[in-house]
Amino acid sequence: MSTEVIIAGLYVFALAAFLGYQVISRVPPLLHTPLMSATNAISGISLVGSLVAAGAHYNTVSTLLGFMAVTASTINVVGGFMITDRMLRMFKRQPAAKKDSTEEQERG
Amino acid sequence: MGLPIELTYLAASILFILGLKGLSHPETARRGMIFAEIGMFLAIVGTLLHREIVSYEWIIAGLIIGSLIGGAISIWVPMTAMPQRTALSHAFGALAASLVGVSEYYRHGAGELGTFKMTALSLEVLLGGITVTGSLMAFIKLQDWIRGTPITYRGQNVFNMSLLAITVGMFAYLIFDPSAHSLFYAMAGLAFVFGVLLVLPIGAADMPVVMSLMNSYAGLAAAATGFAISNNVLIIAGTLDGFSGFILSILMCRAMNRSITNVLFGAFGAETASGESASLGDMREVKADDIAVQLAYAGQVVFVPGYGMATAQAQHAVRELANILEARGVTVKYAIHPVAGRMPGHMNVLLAEANVPYSSLYDLEQINGEFPATDVAVVIGANDVVNPDARDNPKSAIAGMPILEVDKAHSVVVLKRGKGKGFAGIENPLFFKPNCGMLYGDAKASLIKLAGAVQNA
Repeated sequence: MSTEVIIAGLYVFALAAFLGYQVISRVPPLLHTPLMSATNAISGISLVGSLVAAGAHYNTVSTLLGFMAVTASTINVVGGFMITDRMLRMFKRQPAAKKDSTEEQERG
Repeated sequence: MGLPIELTYLAASILFILGLKGLSHPETARRGMIFAEIGMFLAIVGTLLHREIVSYEWIIAGLIIGSLIGGAISIWVPMTAMPQRTALSHAFGALAASLVGVSEYYRHGAGELGTFKMTALSLEVLLGGITVTGSLMAFIKLQDWIRGTPITYRGQNVFNMSLLAITVGMFAYLIFDPSAHSLFYAMAGLAFVFGVLLVLPIGAADMPVVMSLMNSYAGLAAAATGFAISNNVLIIAGTLDGFSGFILSILMCRAMNRSITNVLFGAFGAETASGESASLGDMREVKADDIAVQLAYAGQVVFVPGYGMATAQAQHAVRELANILEARGVTVKYAIHPVAGRMPGHMNVLLAEANVPYSSLYDLEQINGEFPATDVAVVIGANDVVNPDARDNPKSAIAGMPILEVDKAHSVVVLKRGKGKGFAGIENPLFFKPNCGMLYGDAKASLIKLAGAVQNA
């Protein structure tokens, strides 16, 4: 692996870490459980690595390990997104009457 | 790798970040998740065009089996079991990362692996292995298959640390000599063992920290996979996940005023801590009818849920009682401590399931100023998070932990299963205060009784 590729990877890592910190610090405690299941679903992107391992016919062992990895990450991707949506559907705003307390929540 | 594939990965990375940004408010959260789902779809379709992929039967089989299992779990898992599901998903994610790592190592043989790639692969397998078994242990504890109290033995920390040191030593050796095959597999094996040993001494109520930490490790394992196979979208998604878990771990530790080291190696709650307040007097048991009268004529009532609400599945009963009170003109609020329950945000999800609007859910900082103006605070299966000793007694085991100051309310009712102590194993002076009454029994049954009594009041 060339030095440029390594350095480029480290840049991506550092910037993603910084951006992640900024974005995730703004998630209110209210949504911390959906946050965990959402980031879990997103990191199921390791599926793309598993797909190549399972479909490339490098050798039987790699194919089998790849197949197991595809199954495990698909469970996370499909399950993670579905359950995040199931949770988020439940969070409802108060009917108009209590609008002031909603604003309080936003400021918090 | 072709340009079209790289472009789908770029699109996916942007959509993931937009998706997480949506989670900053419940109004935009679902839209954000749709962005993230589109991103995932694009990345998967893009990958399937990869020229190294020559056969699809194993891929299709894996996708179908995974979708069926993942879909089934997410449809049928009850909200009270959300911590268990999350623990399992950390295990699956980390398993995928470790398997790809082993597969890559097996495929390449020592010659082709440079120092950097070997470092990434080893890190991936190391973090992945710890997370797989650590999360499974957390799952077993949350599911109550083994007791939730810390499991300790003499010399535990020394033993665990030595094991970790050996594993890290193997890791370092492999970087310089990637050809040591058996050492690589031994390291992977030790990582799995260490995951079990790491979580054994951690008590069930410290699970919010463990969950966050495993979340972080699973993400970092995925990021390491990204380095190993030079895939930027994996680095980005893994890093986002890793940092999310890291931030949550810090928030959870801060909410208990403890360091991460103390949570991991302190075996908290294993034995009765010293430094209790002396001569606490008697607890006052109250009748549901008397409480009902107080509630019915209150101006403001604050419910304080804890893990006991989840075990009793009492969230709907809370909502029923709140509905009756609100119909009588009582202001009802809910106070949520960050570490109430078994994972971050656990209580919020349960109450949302019971149709409590999120505008009625208050964080620690938002609600504490309101207790002096609260007529009745109703504590449902929470204990340590309302223990005034954390604030008043510097010698207490939980000294300095931010608490919900329910003792400042005019009157406090504690719904509790029995007279036992809380998770930390320490007495709670709140229960002995003159303004506090105890209502013993199953939380759900007590709440239903209260609701009936309020209607007759």
